[in-house]
Amino acid sequence: MAFLKVLVQRIGYAVLLLIAVLVLNFTMINLAPGDVVDTIAADMGGANAELMAQIRAEYGLDQPVIVQLGSYIGRVLQFDLGYSYFYNRPVTELIFERLPATLLLVFSAQIFALVLGILLGVFAAQNPNGPLSHLVTLFALFGYAAPVFWTGILLLIAFSLKIPLFPVAGMRDVTIEGGFFPQALSVAHHLVLPMLTLGSIFIALYSRLCRASMLEVLGSDYVRTAKAKGLRPRDVVMKHALKNALPPVVTLAGLQFSAVISGAVLVETVFSWPGLGQLALTSILARDTPTILGILFFSALVVIVGNLLTDLVLRMIDPRVRGRG
Amino acid sequence: MSDQTQIKARSPFAEAFEMFRRNHAAVAGLVVLLLIVAVAILGPFLYPGNPFDMVWAPFTPPGQEGYLLGTDYLGRDILSLLIHGAKVSLTVGLAAAFVTVTIGITVGALAGFYRGLIEEALMRFTEFFQVLPTLLFSMVIVALFGASLTMITIAIGLVSWPAVARITRAEFLRIRELEYVTAARAGGVRNGGLIFKVILPNALPPIIVQAALMVGSAILFEAGLSFLGLTDPNVASWGQIIGSNREYILDASYTVTVPGVAIFVTVLAISLVGDGLNDALNPKLRQR
Repeated sequence: MAFLKVLVQRIGYAVLLLIAVLVLNFTMINLAPGDVVDTIAADMGGANAELMAQIRAEYGLDQPVIVQLGSYIGRVLQFDLGYSYFYNRPVTELIFERLPATLLLVFSAQIFALVLGILLGVFAAQNPNGPLSHLVTLFALFGYAAPVFWTGILLLIAFSLKIPLFPVAGMRDVTIEGGFFPQALSVAHHLVLPMLTLGSIFIALYSRLCRASMLEVLGSDYVRTAKAKGLRPRDVVMKHALKNALPPVVTLAGLQFSAVISGAVLVETVFSWPGLGQLALTSILARDTPTILGILFFSALVVIVGNLLTDLVLRMIDPRVRGRG
Repeated sequence: MSDQTQIKARSPFAEAFEMFRRNHAAVAGLVVLLLIVAVAILGPFLYPGNPFDMVWAPFTPPGQEGYLLGTDYLGRDILSLLIHGAKVSLTVGLAAAFVTVTIGITVGALAGFYRGLIEEALMRFTEFFQVLPTLLFSMVIVALFGASLTMITIAIGLVSWPAVARITRAEFLRIRELEYVTAARAGGVRNGGLIFKVILPNALPPIIVQAALMVGSAILFEAGLSFLGLTDPNVASWGQIIGSNREYILDASYTVTVPGVAIFVTVLAISLVGDGLNDALNPKLRQR
């Protein structure tokens, strides 16, 4: 029951955060020079003051700011994020079309980076001054300093242009017909390079922390006990040490969701991956404010959901968190 | 034996400098960084003229026709673009890090010093900013308020400060309980004096390290934005060279790889210096 209570608390807090994002969105629209009506007027090739005032009244822009804010939040709660004048479609429709691609990229990159980062960290910790440890350090430096879009372009040149192993752009091969399985395979094939690119930043981060965390745990008393009672070294590392070294790594990964989405924007641009990042860029260049703000809202939602999921995973792997209620 | 009498107490600064000097990677990073700064300052004099001017046929490979790094898709000299871009990258990086640190220290210091309701409110505020994906948020700011270098700098600062705020708060929480702070308080030092003259100077070492890393992140950030085309189109910058040339990687991959190396080397140098500062300013960490 304690778990349920915490969950409800967390979700309540998440809703508050989302409303705060809406307030921020609203503030930015109001601070920015020009409004929707200016855009519409520009589209129509100019309009006189009377007509513009009429349109403003239609959109409720003549109301007091606080009333406007209230109705904005009210509309978003009904899944109405406004209308895109550039695409001529409701913003929610546009976003739901692009969201799956971004989710796939973000979560696969996170999982890939976590698995590889943890493995590298565990093996590097076996020999703190060995070659693998130095590799982890080097990798961490590279992962921090290399601009992710550049890494993506380098991988693109190497593994799609010079050695044509992977497709250059897009998310699936439209010529492929058939059921779910061949389609999924095509998507997976397209996903490899973007996932590697996006994951590369975070492998560095996770492997370094996992190595440090493992080294600390391996020096503790219960690991010595486990060794002393004659367990196989592999069991000591995997069953006793790793279990206790993992929670900090998972916590760090949870904090990275917003960074992963930021990276995804650049990776999507490099690989023409049809996700939210690409939509954000085109709508920014088209000055399509409702779509841009809708994307900001949804990306915050993804971060919040990611954080909630991290919490759940932490509860599964760390009984101490569970005990705290 | 007479040597012993000559040992003097060294200042903490000298000790930190000695620590830093012993870290070869950090010294190498510093040398590279100084070289890049020199290029950014002196470059425009050595390479005068508008880097956006077409100088030769497009896609002239590196080393040919006297163009060391070749020309891009518009026939612009890549070396000249890089040299002029260095100034933008470094200036935006430094200025954005300054904005980041200023906001971060203010929020973190107030939260850590006053505790209670103020801390709760400020930390919730910080968490809120951490929920927004930094790049998207700054893209929105730049899109709504214009893509000038000043706005880009402010945007990067506005989205990056939470990390600094957290570190500052943690340091303030630790230091405010120490005896010398109690002593200063008992001695009649007011809150403002306690924050700025007693606690902040002692909280600075980890903040300085973070600030150094922030310069690197800000350079990456600016590169990302200008790669996407969200930058002042009249100013050369490293990310912009990559972004504008990326459709031609099949014909001329050097137009993209070379500017990337410039970003990579600069950020790497900064992070090595940051690591060196970390070791030098936190000698306790080093003993671990």
